[in-house]
Amino acid sequence: MAEKKLTFEQAMGRLEEIVAQLEAGDHSLDNSLSLYEEGAKLMKQCATMLDKAEQKVMKLRTDANGELTEAPFALKE
Amino acid sequence: MQEPISVTALNQYIKGMFERERLLSRVLVRSEISNYKVYPSGHHYFSLKDAESSIRCVMFRREAMSLRFRPENGMKVVVSGRVSVFPRDGAYQLYCATMVPDGVGELAFAFEQLKNRLHKEGLFDPAHKKPIPAHPRTIALVTSPAGAAVRDMIRILGVRYPMARVLVVPVRVQGEEAPEEIANGLDLVNALDMADLIITGRGGGSMEDLWAFNDEGVARAIFRSRIPVISAVGHEPDVTIADFVADLRASTPSNAAELAVPDQADLRDRLAHFQARMDRSVDRRLQVRRDALRRLGSSPFLQSPQRAIQEKRLLLDYQQQRLLHAMDRQIGEHRQQMGRLAASLDALSPFKVLSRGYSITQKDDGTVVSELSQVEKGDTLRVRVSDGTITCTAEGKEKTKWRKRS
Repeated sequence: MAEKKLTFEQAMGRLEEIVAQLEAGDHSLDNSLSLYEEGAKLMKQCATMLDKAEQKVMKLRTDANGELTEAPFALKE
Repeated sequence: MQEPISVTALNQYIKGMFERERLLSRVLVRSEISNYKVYPSGHHYFSLKDAESSIRCVMFRREAMSLRFRPENGMKVVVSGRVSVFPRDGAYQLYCATMVPDGVGELAFAFEQLKNRLHKEGLFDPAHKKPIPAHPRTIALVTSPAGAAVRDMIRILGVRYPMARVLVVPVRVQGEEAPEEIANGLDLVNALDMADLIITGRGGGSMEDLWAFNDEGVARAIFRSRIPVISAVGHEPDVTIADFVADLRASTPSNAAELAVPDQADLRDRLAHFQARMDRSVDRRLQVRRDALRRLGSSPFLQSPQRAIQEKRLLLDYQQQRLLHAMDRQIGEHRQQMGRLAASLDALSPFKVLSRGYSITQKDDGTVVSELSQVEKGDTLRVRVSDGTITCTAEGKEKTKWRKRS
């Protein structure tokens, strides 16, 4: 499995697959262990994504040239 | 002169006339309720009246179930329905399809009108509802950038699912320009493909305040949005046209934020659950191997190699004993045989005869004398007897004359 950066949803989806495959138990032990390894990696990746996630809030606005741009959005209390 | 006809025929004729009349097939009436009665059948019967007139009305159970309020005598309402004849009584009556409180006069009227029109057009059809993505990546908030609604939404989205980017598309949500701004905002997010989920709405207010979300242009912009739209207008009881068209109706902006994203607490639970299931299934696999290994390990040889060697050693000793035993026996047998042979050898020995008085005569050179011809007079002879040798000199020879046996 390539070390591709999966989205959270993709990672969760892959995890679900891995769990199902492991539970089906029709893999060799070696295969199961490498599946497990992949699962553990994804698990960590998901947890890290959750831990590190910082909400990004942008605001759409029209700049001086009349172009649409995104700028960080600050809440006015 | 006409033939007389039956009352039934007459009433049927009149009913037919009513039902051919297009204006009567869809009327909107604003009036006041009187004589309101709910029958055990679930049908509602009442009259609508004003200063000069009244009309009998019926609302069947099916329609009455969707009433959002409890109609009461004296309440001003806007009713939609058709007028037809009830032949049994020979009376015409209004068969109500919908009824809304007439709290805001024209607005409610317009609301019902638009709602009916869009409904007929199929804009509320569940078949057009798009699914809300399970894990949206960017959520566009088409709403006012100021106020509690946007703040609540951003806060709840951040707590539940901070991975989703939030894009505020600032629009006015109140006033004459609001409908157009909201519709443009929705179109813009679609045109530039800026999000995979849109929430549009505003905080609570009067029906007039929320009116932009009852606008036909907004309704149509929601309908044509390729990106799923969650409507989030006002408080729980407020219902707008936008709510009917949206792919999902949230009761409030906060509720919309909750419906839009999964809760990370649940996601963490799910991850933990995955982990547990993965561990369990791999453990099970390993356990099978471990058991097999344990079975192998319990064989006596692996259990105690010393003992096994001991056993082999005992076996070796035993074999060695047998071997030695067999050897002994064989040697004994040989020894006995040798004894026997020695005995017979002894018996045959010429020296054995000497003890019985015989002797052996030898010449000087050791040759045994057995005939006269071997000896000359004067030869030295050695005579061996049982216990020694006598040296003699031959004096003479005389041939023995053997007598024949008789």
